[in-house]
Amino acid sequence: MKLNLAIAQISTHLGDVNANLEKHLDLIRQAQAKGADLIVFPELSLTGYCLQDLVPTVAHKPVQGDAVFKPLLEASQYIDLVVGFVDEDRRHRFYIASAYLSGGRVVHIHHKVYLPTYGLFDEGRFFANGDTVRAFDTQFGRMGILICEDFWHASPPYLLWLDGADLLIFTSASPGRGINDQPMLESARWVEDINRAYASLFTSFVLHSNRAGYEDGLNFWGGSTVYDPNGDLVSRSAYHEEALMFTDVDLNQLHRTRARLPLLRDERPILVLHELQRMLGFGQPRKAAK
Amino acid sequence: MEHEKIDLLLNPESVRKILTGFIRSEISRVGYTRAVVNLSGGLDSSLTCYLAVEALGAENVLTLLLPYKSSTSDSLEHSEMVINALGVQSLTIPITDMADALIGRFPDMSRVRQGNIMARLRMIVLYDQSEVFHALPVGTGNKTEILLGYTTLYGDSASAINPLGDLYKTQVRQLAKSIGVPAAIIDKPPTADLWVGQTDEGELGFTYEEVDQLLYLLVDQRYKPEDCIQAGFSESFVSTVIERIRRNQFKRLMPPIAKLSNRTVGYDFLYLRDWGT
Repeated sequence: MKLNLAIAQISTHLGDVNANLEKHLDLIRQAQAKGADLIVFPELSLTGYCLQDLVPTVAHKPVQGDAVFKPLLEASQYIDLVVGFVDEDRRHRFYIASAYLSGGRVVHIHHKVYLPTYGLFDEGRFFANGDTVRAFDTQFGRMGILICEDFWHASPPYLLWLDGADLLIFTSASPGRGINDQPMLESARWVEDINRAYASLFTSFVLHSNRAGYEDGLNFWGGSTVYDPNGDLVSRSAYHEEALMFTDVDLNQLHRTRARLPLLRDERPILVLHELQRMLGFGQPRKAAK
Repeated sequence: MEHEKIDLLLNPESVRKILTGFIRSEISRVGYTRAVVNLSGGLDSSLTCYLAVEALGAENVLTLLLPYKSSTSDSLEHSEMVINALGVQSLTIPITDMADALIGRFPDMSRVRQGNIMARLRMIVLYDQSEVFHALPVGTGNKTEILLGYTTLYGDSASAINPLGDLYKTQVRQLAKSIGVPAAIIDKPPTADLWVGQTDEGELGFTYEEVDQLLYLLVDQRYKPEDCIQAGFSESFVSTVIERIRRNQFKRLMPPIAKLSNRTVGYDFLYLRDWGT
């Protein structure tokens, strides 16, 4: 079975949701015309990244009645979509979110769990953190979505793997940084290293959609990638440019890799659970702090 | 000075792509297509012109030559080399009369005051011509001078965007070499050319080669001062540089606003410049 994947490596207008929506609909049409099954947009693709005080003004609810999601849900009748947006819950907390849309409905919403608030990042100041990591079923198999800093922690990809995800969709708006004599920025190398590692360790597909363009002095380095369950690079978009990348993802590779390398079969989550319970003091009286 | 060799090599193609993309993006998204650059004939402004031309096209870049009567003939000759190589428009506006109108009122005026007046007059002409040419002024300051505060506040530090501000001087040199800036410009001693015989390294008291390596450890690699000394830098050099960085922080920030209300520009009214674009 093949998944005709499109990765939309886009630049965005900061805080101009309608302009970004137009770009989404245009690329969705292009991907659809080329027979893509799924198109993946990067983190905060509908809003831009460094939103700061714009956060409350760009939030949208992924429902049929929302002016931004209505055309996206309609488009999802013909092609599955992953879009990045700011989600506002009923109690008016704001989340960095990615939604998987298919068949005119919302299949899954992921709220970014880890909000980097250090160095050049200030997400924890403006956003609430999500508190679930869940896989979900699609017509192409079981998938999971993580957003940028989420996959800098080993546990969310691990949890998705145990929850049945065979395709890990990673989205990000990763600012380029770290220059040396190599053609690749350090930030690009860091991300590619870990994506390859997850693909290898979890014998799964890792699909990464990263942003391009600039916000003030920040550059977003693009370089979106697809790694297969062997950890081999299937495709990569250009660095620092907008691109609509098409990749035939051969889902049968899961069978071949896992027949060779039964890491999933041999994984022992109960052992992990027991050790975590011990470390966190569950099931035994807490020792008084010294 | 005996210390570990610190590698400040960069990949010119990668940096060039990011910086030309930055110039193009940050100028076009606010509705402009053109840039104006004050060209001194030195390394930083020459490289800035090359990058601006690559980003926007020669027809969209205006270079300004703003000599004072004491400016060296090198400055003009080297500027001409850049202008001819790139085919950009240029305008020469001597600032001597403007500067001397003020300097002449104070016979005892120090060199530093005179130098600051020249730098600020060049800023006035830059911004004035940016209006005429419908362009944004592109700055030329590098990371070394920004960190050391070796710049005139609201003078050469003033610009709409700054492509070189995260490159140390020694990295600027590498990029300039790769992009084809004439060797005469790359090889000459850096100078603000504000008075006869002035050189950056003479005035600072150390070379860019030395200070860039120390700054890289202190700033980029977050070394503690004692770790820099252990790496082979002298204690006095390390403390001089750290003090310079601290003392010049004011040049790197907008003036602080006294907070009174619940929402104040600079504290809790937070938007990027690219807001809405």
